[in-house]
Amino acid sequence: MAVQPKRLEEVFERPAPLTRLRSYLDREGVFAYVILAPALIVLVVFIAYPFVLGIWLSLTDKRASLPGNFVGADNFIKDLQDTIFQKTVVNTFVYTIVATIFKLVLGLGLALLMNQPFRGKNLIRAFVLLPWIVPTVLSTVVWQWMFDPSYSILNWTLKNWFAWSGPFPSWLGDPFLALCCVIFVNIWRGVPFFAISLLAGLQTVSLELFEAAAIDGANAVQRFMHITLPTIRPVLMIVTLFSVVWTFADFQLVYVLTKGGPLNSTQLFATYSYDTALRGGQIGLGASIALFMFPILALVVFVIQRRLRKESN
Amino acid sequence: MSQANPTLHMVRGSRWGYRVQRVLFFWIPLATFLIVLLFPFYWMLVTSFKTDRELYYDRKANPFIVGAPTMEQYLQLFEKSSFVVWLMNTIFISVASTAISLVCGVLAGYALARLRFKGASFLALAIFISYLVPQTLLFLPLQDVVRGFGLYDTPWALILTYPTFLIPFCTWLLMGYFKSVPFELEEAALIDGASRFTAMWRIAIPLAVPGILSALIFAFTLSWNEFLYALIFLSSSAQKTIPVGITSELFRADAPSYGQIMAAAILGSVPVAIAYAFLVEYYVAGLSAGAVKG
Repeated sequence: MAVQPKRLEEVFERPAPLTRLRSYLDREGVFAYVILAPALIVLVVFIAYPFVLGIWLSLTDKRASLPGNFVGADNFIKDLQDTIFQKTVVNTFVYTIVATIFKLVLGLGLALLMNQPFRGKNLIRAFVLLPWIVPTVLSTVVWQWMFDPSYSILNWTLKNWFAWSGPFPSWLGDPFLALCCVIFVNIWRGVPFFAISLLAGLQTVSLELFEAAAIDGANAVQRFMHITLPTIRPVLMIVTLFSVVWTFADFQLVYVLTKGGPLNSTQLFATYSYDTALRGGQIGLGASIALFMFPILALVVFVIQRRLRKESN
Repeated sequence: MSQANPTLHMVRGSRWGYRVQRVLFFWIPLATFLIVLLFPFYWMLVTSFKTDRELYYDRKANPFIVGAPTMEQYLQLFEKSSFVVWLMNTIFISVASTAISLVCGVLAGYALARLRFKGASFLALAIFISYLVPQTLLFLPLQDVVRGFGLYDTPWALILTYPTFLIPFCTWLLMGYFKSVPFELEEAALIDGASRFTAMWRIAIPLAVPGILSALIFAFTLSWNEFLYALIFLSSSAQKTIPVGITSELFRADAPSYGQIMAAAILGSVPVAIAYAFLVEYYVAGLSAGAVKG
């Protein structure tokens, strides 16, 4: 009698630590952090830490191979007095605002067209997304070829189909035209994203409301303004704000087409930061240029986050 | 898909008038969009099948069609550049970083969507914000970090840094899918004695497979397309990815050979296009989920 319980205890006690660990890990609050850990480690090491490091770099005069000294806000002051930097600020805002407006209007137009019933809709939808799917650098390289100073297909078309006798535009060689081209390619790439996202929004527009309005005598414009637009407004806002973030911080498109030239007319924050830090070797100064994007980005992200929160409530 | 307002157009005007209206306000604008959006791809294809002679010297022929189709540009590309090496690198890096990001994203998405714990809403916000941090903001300090770990000029520099934008995206997308799985299913399993891991692994994850496929194709295309990190964390030709290889090596010559560059661009787009063709519905679903649901 006295032996048996002891043996039982032994039997139960040996696996106890493991069981206890297992049941500890099974607690909701613990299990959550265990499975979140891999994601959090990556994000802390490769985003949070570099962000802090980036702020530190921008306060030093670090050069390519030399360690830097703390210089306070010198880099930021230098940036503000730099005429190329001033040009960069203007370019970035023009690039972002003009491209976003066109992407929004054209994307909405394309979405409205594709919301009509027609044959081959799925196929066309798949093809429309191509500019967005294909690696940006690879499609930008085609545009570069189409803008080529001597073999431009655009100039050939102007000459042979529209009897243009010249002078032929130097697409990427003229400062103003180059900025237009860069913006155009950005629009070309972004319209599919707007169109397909807005199409998803349009499909939630209530058909009953639409018919009721039509019976009550509302014309197409009124129906669009009072039914379609209010329904898709949340999607419209989110898509636009996302696009603003991506366009504002763009790099590859400009890097491939113009490298910021001619005469820095297409220089954006990202490309100028790259030029200063990695070509010019002034790492600290380059880091400070990139950081100028931060306040604007933070503001847009704040707005996005508030909208999403409002929607989910 | 709701078939929006076809009837509304039909009721007014004659059938003929409707047709004219349809051509003017529907087919012509749609065709214009398609031509502008797709012409560059046509041009890419056409250029890659032309001889250099046809590309640069024959100014009389119609440039929109190929006079004498040839594979010369593709052969030259394989012979003269390290394209095959770049292709292999890109595949390896994309597959590895996608795998890492999917595992992390599924787990994190599940935790944030299904579990109640302290700090959940803060972490959800933090992960969302990190999705919107552009690569261009952090590339300089990140280069220091990569060098510090001894990863500079190795594929691991990219495999470990791509998840910084892939994980937030996958997490965010999958949270939406996990939220739609009914709680009762998992509760039943837990009451029957299943561990939390089992409940997640056997019930929630299988039901979120469409979301996981969306995340997979997004992550794969995003890592295949990435340019900035690949440009600055790699330096030797043997380590480069396709986008960097094309811009830094094929353009290096005084007169870049656009035939070869277009051939490379076609080949570099094909894997993404194939993945996309198979999963287009999931891609669109992900795009709309991302934009609509948040």
